[in-house]
Amino acid sequence: MKTLPSVDVVIVGGGWTGLLMAKELGSRTALSIVVLERGGPRKLDDYTEDMDELDYSIRLNMMQNAAQETVTLRHNPGERALPLRQFASFLPGSGVGGAGEHWNGVFPRMLPDCFELLSQSTKKYGAEKLPEDHSIQDWGVTYDEIEPYYTRAERLLGISGKAGNLRGKQMDGGNIFEGWRSEEYPTPPTKMPYFSAMFSDAAKSMGYHPYPVPAATPSQTYRNPDGVSRAGCTYCGFCERFGCMIGAKAQPTNILLPVIQKRKNVTIRTGAQVRRIVHDTSQNKGKVRGVTYTDSSGQEIFQPAELVFLASWTLNNTRLLLLSKAGEPYDPAANIGTVGRNLTHQLNIPAATLFFDQPLNRFMGSGATGITVSDFNGDVFDHSGLPFLRGGNFLALSNGARPIANFGTVPQSVKSNWGSEWKNKALHYYDRTGRITFETEHLAYKSHFMDLDPQYKDYLGDPLLRLTIDWRDNERKLAEFGTTKALEMGRAMGAKEITPFAGLRSYDVTRYQTTHIQGGTIMGNSPDGSVLNPYLQHWQFSNLFVLGASSFPQNSASNPTPTILAFTYRTADAVVDRYLKNPASLA
Amino acid sequence: MRRREFLTLSAASIGGVLVYSLDRKVSRLSAQTSQSVRIPLRFFSQSEALIVAAAASRIFPSDEAGPGAREAGVAIYIDRQLAGPWGRDRRRYTQGPFEENAPVEFGYQGQATPQQIYRHGLKDLTRFDHLEPAEQDQKLKQIETTLFFLLLRQNTIEGMFCDPMHGGNADMVGWQLIGYPGPRMSNLDDVDKHFGEAFRPKPVSLRQATGRKVRPSEDVE
Repeated sequence: MKTLPSVDVVIVGGGWTGLLMAKELGSRTALSIVVLERGGPRKLDDYTEDMDELDYSIRLNMMQNAAQETVTLRHNPGERALPLRQFASFLPGSGVGGAGEHWNGVFPRMLPDCFELLSQSTKKYGAEKLPEDHSIQDWGVTYDEIEPYYTRAERLLGISGKAGNLRGKQMDGGNIFEGWRSEEYPTPPTKMPYFSAMFSDAAKSMGYHPYPVPAATPSQTYRNPDGVSRAGCTYCGFCERFGCMIGAKAQPTNILLPVIQKRKNVTIRTGAQVRRIVHDTSQNKGKVRGVTYTDSSGQEIFQPAELVFLASWTLNNTRLLLLSKAGEPYDPAANIGTVGRNLTHQLNIPAATLFFDQPLNRFMGSGATGITVSDFNGDVFDHSGLPFLRGGNFLALSNGARPIANFGTVPQSVKSNWGSEWKNKALHYYDRTGRITFETEHLAYKSHFMDLDPQYKDYLGDPLLRLTIDWRDNERKLAEFGTTKALEMGRAMGAKEITPFAGLRSYDVTRYQTTHIQGGTIMGNSPDGSVLNPYLQHWQFSNLFVLGASSFPQNSASNPTPTILAFTYRTADAVVDRYLKNPASLA
Repeated sequence: MRRREFLTLSAASIGGVLVYSLDRKVSRLSAQTSQSVRIPLRFFSQSEALIVAAAASRIFPSDEAGPGAREAGVAIYIDRQLAGPWGRDRRRYTQGPFEENAPVEFGYQGQATPQQIYRHGLKDLTRFDHLEPAEQDQKLKQIETTLFFLLLRQNTIEGMFCDPMHGGNADMVGWQLIGYPGPRMSNLDDVDKHFGEAFRPKPVSLRQATGRKVRPSEDVE
């Protein structure tokens, strides 16, 4: 083991949260900062050649290589976990920028009551309405405290959209159910393609309140407060699973890296696979000393640091704490420990697949171009007579349909799936098929958690992370409810045939949901039920912070990136303004 | 090293196709030329390639609705994929123990690589390319729930609609069938127009769109 000279700050992971923290600390302080990224470097030029559906969307060339490291999964503690041999239900990123390079860029805020889910739900419906095995918690932060940081995140990325609640004033055309916002979106909504426009008209005719998806694929050229300019989106349709070839879609490499590269106090080391957080409690109780990593040549290295940020995505943040024996692992049977608890995976179902008479020109769009209906999100509708809690958002995205992934979808009336009849129907329907998706909350349950797998190992010999997760009655009933509503909207759009979602069975590792996995190192008001305080500071080790959706006690129907960035900003402020002056617990 | 095998086809039957010679030089064969072409194979034997070509063209036939797997060069695409990192499971977790009979919601849990699944599956299709179409369909019906068939069907769709640099979708014949324009750099002026009407720009390949010789991942290793 080689020991390097100590640095002030080490950041594990070079994605959205790691690079945002590096930018903030690097620009606002003179601290020496090292970012350790397991994957390779990236630059805009790489993406000119990646508009290839096969290599990127189907073979997943930008993602974490499952041959080296994956996770195992079981539906309940009584089942034997099996490895995800190929990623499909979620797609972890790798390399500088992480999954923030190949995301879609959908950028909604969470509803205010998400942050106080336990107290709000109990207050409104009583404790008996909550599922028996739930482990729903309050976050220890309110929406009002987070609002300014949401605004900063939206300005950083230049989000396109339309406000629905400007400082309490309801605004037509925006999401009237959203929490109050202090400012209008930085750029106007994206252009609206045919399929999404049809959905908007139908939803309006039904009395709903459709609004343009808040998009990190901006509608026009945008210069952010750091002075970084990006071109407007050209709707080429290559967002999800691709980097943007013109740098229009907000990505860590095109808005954070340009600032970081000007700072001499920040270094990004690629090919650095972090193995452990080093803490020997005998000498310096309550502090970590740095991290160990394996570099691309296989050399083991100890990087001492005064301050450590874990920013390596939900699963790896949790796994590193478990491998490093930092904090007590959660054990649902004994109901002790906290590390690994409250695993959730934002549910996304193809609620209604619609077949039209007319062509849709679906190849045009962006990952975040489309329309949302939030009339059945969270608790904006009354659940008193309903057999489930919470809700979701209906989306009609025009995200650029590509042929390998989309060819072959035919109405249920077509019985074959190969041969002449199928080919002819599939050719006919190829550009006449649209989809209303329903993105919902997945409640937190006591028996959904993460620990280390007793059997399977990664390429370096470390145990894989084991996920225990499934869908429950609440999710099944919510999915049924959403499917019924989506069918009504599809009919109002004039679809000639509609295939409804077949219903949720067990968690299926082969069906893409979202790459929105939360929990494992959750924040909260007390070390008894959480790993972090609401400043994302470890309860036990005051110089260890854990960034990202691993800190979320439960998910919301809103995609996590805006909330992740908002909390990262809040932690950066707390570290610069308070922790550096007095390195102790911030809570 | 095994004997180098070739797939011999009449140029007319495969439309125009980009062929990689052994030194990876690209040459274009036109449907207008009447002579046969010999395409170097990377994984299949010649008889295997003929069987795969015949099976793929029952899955995606050439018929009155337009060209199919034969014209697109699907068998050539599959040959290259199997020889490349995908065929050898370079991105799949392959540590045991393997649970061959795991429930479907855990995905494919077996040990065999795509190369091995094809080699094994093709044993059931001996002389398949000599059968009449109706007999071929009957034979495929018997195996349509096997992993081999599911892979073959998926690979056939990939070979129909991939970028032509991968060896399939020759002359962008698949994209023309469905009106897909390929990697088009900008739809800015059209994205909110053409409501209810087909808008069908002429397809371009990635090499045409970028003006660069992009290398597909199967050629990198």
